[in-house]
Amino acid sequence: MGSVISARDLSLTFQTNDGPVHALKDVSLEIGKGEFVSFIGPSGCGKTTFLRCIAALEEPTGGSLTVNGMSADEARRARAYGYVFQAAGLYPWRTVGRNIALPLEIMGFSKAEQQERIGRVLDLVELSGFEKKFPWQLSGGMQQRASIARALAFDADILLMDEPFGALDEIVRDHLNEQVLALWRRTQKTIAFVTHSIDEAVFLSTKIVVMSPRPGRITDVIESPFPPERGLDVRETPEFIEIARRVREGLRAGTVDA
Amino acid sequence: MMRSVGAVLTVLVALVVIWYAAAVWMNSGWALGQAEKRGEVLSFSQLVVETMDQKRPRLPTPHQVFGELWDTTVEKKVTSKRSLVFHGWITLQSTLWGFALGVVVGILLAVAIVYSRVMELSVMPWAVISQTIPIVALAPMIIVLASSAGIEGRGVPKAIISAYLCFFPVLVGMVKGLRSPSRDQLDLMRTYGASGAEVFWKLRMPASVPYLFASLKIGIAAALVGTIVGELPTGAIRGLGARILIGDQFGNPIMIWSALFAAAILAGGLVILFGVIERLTLRRMGAAR
Ligand SMILES: Nc1ncnc2c1ncn2[C@@H]1O[C@H](COP(=O)(O)OP(=O)(O)OP(=O)(O)O)[C@@H](O)[C@H]1O
Ligand SMILES: [Mg+2]
Repeated sequence: MGSVISARDLSLTFQTNDGPVHALKDVSLEIGKGEFVSFIGPSGCGKTTFLRCIAALEEPTGGSLTVNGMSADEARRARAYGYVFQAAGLYPWRTVGRNIALPLEIMGFSKAEQQERIGRVLDLVELSGFEKKFPWQLSGGMQQRASIARALAFDADILLMDEPFGALDEIVRDHLNEQVLALWRRTQKTIAFVTHSIDEAVFLSTKIVVMSPRPGRITDVIESPFPPERGLDVRETPEFIEIARRVREGLRAGTVDA
Repeated sequence: MMRSVGAVLTVLVALVVIWYAAAVWMNSGWALGQAEKRGEVLSFSQLVVETMDQKRPRLPTPHQVFGELWDTTVEKKVTSKRSLVFHGWITLQSTLWGFALGVVVGILLAVAIVYSRVMELSVMPWAVISQTIPIVALAPMIIVLASSAGIEGRGVPKAIISAYLCFFPVLVGMVKGLRSPSRDQLDLMRTYGASGAEVFWKLRMPASVPYLFASLKIGIAAALVGTIVGELPTGAIRGLGARILIGDQFGNPIMIWSALFAAAILAGGLVILFGVIERLTLRRMGAAR
């Protein structure tokens, strides 16, 4: 079975006023169907840029990239993925329900179908009963869940998440991590997840991609030994601590020679 | 609530007191002159009395102005040529037509500017320059041009003048509003493969509504000023602007001041009306409280 996302020697150089910025350099990575892949690395190492390349929001300047066997842009037009931005990015003039309906309206789902899906994804992120609320009436964590629901509403089998919980406190984040994990098990989606937190990366992933900056590149790829069914208590196990140590080392190596 | 009402009332009372004091001061010259002719010497209290109800005061007193306002609105039939309700209605109609025209033009130009670099470079400078030309210089020209183009009456040129004044704030506000969506908000639309029209109607338009209302409130006041300026050039006999002009020609300051106050009340009413519509609309669009 082929990869869902396949990057080969992917490079992206931004031309800026202060000269070229090598946001990505020779990045090669395979992401298989149903994997949960975390990207971790210091600020500016190209995590967002890589996700945006997959989403065809950015045009690579070198290498090749396929998504579901197509070019990234074809995949975008085939609505292959849902994208969750760092800021929840709900439209403030729409209720939670109408926000989730936004992609459905654009993709031409019938009113009844929209309603059915809104109910289903709100249930999935445990926000039933908040359909008629406006974003400002929700906490930050709830807004982020609504934004995930919006990305789940249509049938993209890839979920791209850029530091979705970066702005939340640790307790809320732990809870949301468990929810995301449950959601991933239930929906069997392929997830690419950017984070700054080592714990989050190790807890969630089947594969951890460690990156380093200037130029942005992959320094280590770590396969996780944990089964999909895992609770927050795996964080106390020796294996978890060992993997976290390896991630930390990868991060340190990346910054030392930079 | 009670405290703010108290504050507003205090300010109002202070303004009226200052107004009366100014009236005494400005009208005392004429009163003293009259007394001298009669060979009298006025005490201060006599002087104050003499400045309160002059027929042609330099500065009419509040009770003269509001007496005249009462007289020319409540006491007159609204069809009477001396009724300020009649003249106010003329001015209001023209203002609303000009406003509608200005808003449509402003929004269309803003859309063109946001979507086309060429339009931005070619339209924006002219829009700015247009606002630097004094409207009093332009108004008579527009009226003459309209009549030589065979357009009857003052209605159309007046509406054009007020549209000329009010399109600009709408244009500036809408350009800002249509550009207000963040990169993430726009990218989100791209991930859905949304068409240009969908981005416009589902993102740019709703995002610009708060900006639009801010502009509409400035625009409606500007449109009213435009209409009144359009009523000033000689020949106009209807509208609040014409009342100001006639009051001036007949040396009747009370008439000028009451027309001015009528215009101010009209402007205030329109701005408040738009404020209410704004609040209702934004609340439906999820604005906090
Ligand atoms: N549109 C752009 N134009 C120019 N440079 C850019 C652009 N976008 C990103 N960069 C640069 O590319 C590099 C990688 O940026 P990117 O946003 O991918 O980093 P990141 O790993 O997501 O960082 P963070 O953890 O802070 O979000 C940075 O040096 C950044 O300044
Ligand atoms: Mg980033």
